[in-house]
Amino acid sequence: MHLDHPEVFPERYAHSAAEPGSRALRVGLGGPVGSGKTATVAALCRALRDRLRIAVVTNDIYTREDADFLLREAVLPPERIAAVETGACPHTAIRDDISANLEAVEDLEAAVGPLDLVLVESGGDNLTATFSRGLVDAQIFVIDVAGGDDIPRKGGPGVTTADLLVVNKTDLAPYVGSDLDRMARDAAAQRGDLPVVFTSVRAEAGIDPVASWVESRLAAWTAVGV
Amino acid sequence: MSEVQQQPGRGFPGGYGQGPRAALLLLADGRFPAGGHAHSGGVEAAVADGRVHDAASLAAHCRGRLHTTGLVAAALAAAATAGADPLGLDQAADARTPSAALRTVSRRLGRQLLRAARAVWPAPALDDLAAALPRGAHQPVVLGLAAAAAGLGPLDAAYAAAYESVSAPATAAVRLLGLDPFHAAAVLARLAAETDSVAAEAAAAGRRAAADGPGTLPAPGAPLLDVLAEAHAAWPVRLFAS
Repeated sequence: MHLDHPEVFPERYAHSAAEPGSRALRVGLGGPVGSGKTATVAALCRALRDRLRIAVVTNDIYTREDADFLLREAVLPPERIAAVETGACPHTAIRDDISANLEAVEDLEAAVGPLDLVLVESGGDNLTATFSRGLVDAQIFVIDVAGGDDIPRKGGPGVTTADLLVVNKTDLAPYVGSDLDRMARDAAAQRGDLPVVFTSVRAEAGIDPVASWVESRLAAWTAVGV
Repeated sequence: MSEVQQQPGRGFPGGYGQGPRAALLLLADGRFPAGGHAHSGGVEAAVADGRVHDAASLAAHCRGRLHTTGLVAAALAAAATAGADPLGLDQAADARTPSAALRTVSRRLGRQLLRAARAVWPAPALDDLAAALPRGAHQPVVLGLAAAAAGLGPLDAAYAAAYESVSAPATAAVRLLGLDPFHAAAVLARLAAETDSVAAEAAAAGRRAAADGPGTLPAPGAPLLDVLAEAHAAWPVRLFAS
């Protein structure tokens, strides 16, 4: 598991992985279907695109829906968005066999690089889906209050080990009977010192805590490369 | 065990076929991380067309693939392992793949396999191929060079390619049809003897091509696989990349 957390970016498994800081920071976003992964990616792009050179890889399960959403919303120019097909197994493409995703990341860097940040969005999956450390340098797991306030208690690799846990759609909590305090207590019990953000990414400034976290990871990444 | 066998990174200078045989199990494992899981071996299009709907029709699909594109892929792989010029083989693969969509898929899978192989069995021949064809060589050519780098021989490479030609559709059919996984495995088991004979034929053809040039390689085709692949590539909604 994440016994190596006190260190900074110790893993460089990927064949493509150059020295830390000499390529873009790769951040994975995973989580269940409908929790707001694509909305988070879109909001991150809007919040950071003026300061950072960003590209996005989406992993749709059976369509180009997520990539098309990002294109429609015009959060980035089309040449900065790539879609990977996952053969009905989104977790395989981000964890067990990362080759197609690595290619997509490298193709983007070659075509529109140099880049500061590549966001790799998983297809909606279950609570066990996590990214290979050969593909991403850090990962965000996105759940939402409407999916049930017992998800943090249930744990699983995504909730327990992601570098950042985002609990999205907090504005819906009163309508779906979710207890945010309980979710926060359960998340802290599962995650120890790993950070958790409660927010609604569609709300005004709702993405700010997530964007700040990404920027701090990027600062650490760049510092390692110097 | 020789010193060479303990250091596969040297690319088995003693010649192909000098390495541990168990490497073949790794190379042929559907879980080997080389991108294959996202491809259905033509079965997604065949399912949509109503041609594959149960274990019997899956078996027919696999058998057709084995004796056509499977044989071609296995012969290309064996020739690469036997030392034929990879760039000549790559052109021969182009000539034997009428569908532009399948040529693209083959090169993409070749590039992904090359990435995995260079990490798993580092060898100068793999680096040279990556430098010569940075956008990807055809997958069977890479498979053959990967087999050589692993210390395997032409027959081993032919086995890996022949088996892959039937295992990919069988695995995908389980996901697409909800087919009983035991029935799908039984389909592959019943094709084992034919897979043997295709691999043997391909290995002989590969050795011949290494001596006489890639023009001697077999070229059987499956027009329906090509036609369906072209249609599949244009679908807006699909589970598999091919």
